[in-house]
Formats: sequence, C-alpha cells, structure tokens
Amino acid sequence: MGATISRLGERPNLWPWLLLAPLTAYLAIFFLVPLADVAVMSFTEPRLSLANYQKIVTGTLYQRVFLNTFLTAGLVTLVCLCVGYPLAYLMNNSKPRTAMLILLLVTMSFWTSFLVRTYAWMVLLGNNGPIVALLSALGLTNPPQLLFTRFSSTLAMVHILAPYMIMNIYSVMRKIDPVLIRSAESLGARGFSLFRHVYLPLTAPGIANGCVLVFVLCLGFYVTPVLLGSPREQMIAGLIGHQIEEFLAFGMGSAMAMVLLAITLAILAVYHRRFGLDKLWG
Amino acid sequence: MDQYLQLNGITKKYGDFTALAKVKLDIRKGEFVTFLGPSGSGKTTTLMIIAGFEKATAGDVLVEGRSLSGLAPHERNIGIVFQNYALFPHKTAVENVYFPLQMRGIKRTEGLGKAAEMLELVGLRGLGQRYPKELSGGQQQRVALARALVFEPSLLLLDEPLGALDKNLREQMQIEIKRIQRTLGVTTIFVTHDQSEAMSMSDRIVVFEKGEIQQAATPLEIYHRPRTRFVAGFIGESNLIPARITDAAGKAENPALGTCDFTPVETLSQGQDVTLLIRPEHIRLSRKPVEGRKNAAMQVETIVNYGDNALVIGRVGDLPMRVRVLGADVVIIQEGEECCISWLPEAVFVISR
Repeated sequence: MGATISRLGERPNLWPWLLLAPLTAYLAIFFLVPLADVAVMSFTEPRLSLANYQKIVTGTLYQRVFLNTFLTAGLVTLVCLCVGYPLAYLMNNSKPRTAMLILLLVTMSFWTSFLVRTYAWMVLLGNNGPIVALLSALGLTNPPQLLFTRFSSTLAMVHILAPYMIMNIYSVMRKIDPVLIRSAESLGARGFSLFRHVYLPLTAPGIANGCVLVFVLCLGFYVTPVLLGSPREQMIAGLIGHQIEEFLAFGMGSAMAMVLLAITLAILAVYHRRFGLDKLWG
Repeated sequence: MDQYLQLNGITKKYGDFTALAKVKLDIRKGEFVTFLGPSGSGKTTTLMIIAGFEKATAGDVLVEGRSLSGLAPHERNIGIVFQNYALFPHKTAVENVYFPLQMRGIKRTEGLGKAAEMLELVGLRGLGQRYPKELSGGQQQRVALARALVFEPSLLLLDEPLGALDKNLREQMQIEIKRIQRTLGVTTIFVTHDQSEAMSMSDRIVVFEKGEIQQAATPLEIYHRPRTRFVAGFIGESNLIPARITDAAGKAENPALGTCDFTPVETLSQGQDVTLLIRPEHIRLSRKPVEGRKNAAMQVETIVNYGDNALVIGRVGDLPMRVRVLGADVVIIQEGEECCISWLPEAVFVISR
C-alpha cells in the first residue's frame, strides 16, 4: 500500500496540466501580457513618473468621476436588489409553469446582446420615442428629457444587470428547506416577523452574492453609460475611453484602469474573506 | 380530562385517493401516544393535520373541546420536532430556543434566560453559543426538543425524530425524550415506523395502516392482544396460522397442526375462518412431546444465533414456524433435524379480522 502511494507520488499525473496548457497560454498572451503593458504604461507615459496617479488623487474631475461611478453602481445595485428580490421570491414560490415563464423572461433578456438592449432603450426613451409620445398625448406639454440622463443609464444598467441579482438570490432561495419555514410557523412566526427573522437571514448569502456581482460589474460598465448617460455624469470606463480615443493620453487612461482594477480586486478580496469567492458563482 | 385532544372523524383525500378515512381518537392530558405504521399509512398526514400544515377534507381536531380547524399553524401553540430537526442555521442553539419566545413578544434578556434553562433541562448546559452545524446529531435533536417545549405548548408532536441517529444514540434519546416528557407532563404524539421504539416509549400505541387506525391500546395489549392480522404481523415476531373454528368454546383446526386449543376472549362462531397468533417466544423446543401442551413435529431449516438467544426457523408439514429459544436450549438441535415444538392453550390468540 505504502509503496503504491510513493510510486504515484514520484510520477505526478501531468495530463490535467497538459489539458490546461492551451487555455493558460491563451490567457497569458492575450490577457496577462496586455494587462502588464497597461500597468507599465500607467507609470511610463508620457515619461517615467507617478504623475498620472497623482492627477487621479488630486484632480477634481477624476474624483468626481470616481465618486459618480460609485454612486451609480450603488444605485444600480440597490434598484436591482429591490426589483430582483421580489421577482426571485415569486419565481421560487409560484407554480412550476409561472416560475418557468418568469425564468424564461429573465434569461431571454439575459441572452440578448446588451448592445441590442442598450439601443432598444435609446429607441424607447428618445425624443421621438413611444414614451415621450405617450407623455405628450397625456397632456404633458413639456415632456422631460429622458435619454442621456442618469435616469436612462441607470434604468438600462438595471435591466442588464438584474438577471445576475435574480439568479443569485433565486439559487439560494431554492436551497432553503421548506421544513424550516414550517418549523418557524409552528413556533409562532408569521408574516413580516417570519420574513425578518428567518427568511431574510437565510437568503442573505444570495443578496450578498448578487450585490457584489452587480456592483463590481457596474463599476466597469462602458457602452451603456456612454450611449445612454448624461455626458456630464461620466463613469470611469467612459472617461478612460475618452482619454485614450480623444486625447491619446495612454498613461492617464492606463492609470485610471489600474485604479479601477485595484478597487474591484479590493472589493472581491473583502468579499472573499467574509464569504468565500467560490460562493459567488452559486 | 379524558379527552384532552380529540380527533373527530378526520378524513383526508387527494383526488380519488383516500389518505385518511374517518380517523377517530381521544388522547388524555399528559399522555405519550405513538403513531406507528409503515410509510404511507397516514400517520404523518394525521400529524400534519393536527399541526395545521395540512387541511382535513372532513372531520375536526379539538383541544380541550375547542376546535383547531380555523387556526393557522402559528396560532395553534403546538411544539413540533421535525425529522431533520429544522434548526435555524443562522442562529445559535440558545437563539433557536429563544425564537418561539421572541415571536411571543418576550424580552430578549428574559427569553434568553428561559431558553438557557430549557437547554439545561435537555442536557446541553454550556453549549448554547454554538451554531447548529457545530453540534452533533444528538445535540441538534436536543436543541430542537428544547425549542419545541420552551413556550409551554399545549401539545408536542415528534415526527420520526430519531430516524437519523445511529442505534446507540437512538436508545439514549428514547430514554431522554421520555424523561423530559415526564418532567414537563406535556401531552405528546410521537410518529415512528419503528415498533421497538413504540413499545419502549409509549403509554399507548396507535397502529395505522392504509389510512385507518387498526388498533389503539397499551404496548402490552397491542403485543398480546392484536386486533387484526396486520397488527399481529407488524408488532413483534409472530407465527400467523390460518385456521377454522371447530368449537366456539376453544378449539380451532389447521391442516398441518390438527386441532389447537385456545382460550376464547371474544365470541366466535363455529366454522369461522380465523388467524391464530403464537409468539415465537411462547413455543418450547424439545426432543420428545411434553405432557399437557399442544405438541407438533417440526423440521428445522435454519438457526439464527444471537448469542443470548436464537431463532429457529422450520416447518410443520408445509406450515412455516418460528421458535425463539434461549441460547442454552439451542445446542440440543441442529439444522436439518426434526424436533418437537409445544405450547400452552393460553399462548394461542385468535384474530378474527
């Protein structure tokens, strides 16, 4: 027995590593190397210094954009939670047919390219779109500007990110043993107290997962806020694009990208210490 | 007093299927009653109807003469211990026990104090701050018991609570549950499919089969005077012998055994088809026929040795028979041999259903 084990130990099985090699190489060449390049550029463009980072820390424009990004991500997360939680509950507690229908609607929206969804919102909310037409038909002489506002970009981002929230909460709700709820009822709990003391704490891991995922994804959102949002309320990704495309300020853009990356990693690290990252994927 | 809990003709139908048919039962205050039966016999359905999780198609549940029908589960004040304990994983043991008090508006300090006292009663002193996953199966069981008792429920329901425990722990918990139940004097219904559990714990056993109560009686009466073939076969080991009454005063005949004497307890008529019950431990094994007993010659087929006793399985003609003998007696016999089995007329119990 001992001999067998040591012999196996001498010749480790290389097959799994071999199978992983193509993907590892791909990630190294097309992800890690460019990322390292960005990191280097953030210190070297236009010349070797910490000037880019200094600007981010001191410049009011950058501070405002970072703050705006966090506020938007927070708002989107909050709205996703408020919309997603009841929907997940409905999905988990209705008849199989209804549950399937809701699931289908959620996943269908999820599978549609978010570029398509973003353009769809542009059509719906535009000045010649059906919503403005409806508002003026209802007698609103001066219909409000809907497109290119914080409202429109938040709405579209909620639409795009809500499935992450819903699926995370739903997967946790599904795992709750119905006997626990019965047990709580038999012990005298009902309605809101049952929800607050039993159901909500039991679904808390799903809420945490969903919120972290939505928040982190939202921080780096580019297309939707650029196309739908107010130009005065830019988010980081938009500003990075701006720096690179219009000012060719590669160093500045890289530095902002590194800060964004650092913040995202920090959030994930805190989450990992508290709950374990592996739980994030259900 | 005699009718603390009444089940009044409870019927439960799922479409065309009748899960419970007019179940009627009275339970005294402080009584420990066991619902015994195979799975699908209706025992758990009855429990769920009492708890309020299932609605009866017809019939009523009354506690002290008051109907529970209109009450939701949370209004019934019934403590339940579920099969898998159903402890709240996000609460510590003491918080779990405090939960029903919290729901009744009892202040935290007072409630936690009461919960700690209850944990001490179930033998979990000092473990209150642990989470359920940090407790063993038996300890979780005790927490669930404490939680179901802390609010002084009018009734305690136990739904196969020992199913997940290993044999030693089971026996220990049987004694514990009985002790706690006696201490608090709470009226208890215990659901199980384990007959030895039912025998050792209950004041009264209610045997369920196919949605009907077959018999409700003390453990000894169930064992010695089963009312139906099913009860006789389900509880303990038994020789069930088809026979016909030849004399209503105490004689029955079986083709293999010939005429058997018995002591009649109910009125029987001549020519009636019945089942004779003879418990294996009431049969004696010997080399030669014994005077004053009914004797028969048995071909021994198998001997199962348990150390202090043995089960001898054989045939009298084509009739299978089982005999339980003490360890010392088994050495006289070997598989394949013929021997004599005998019993007294008092050992024969007639089942007419």
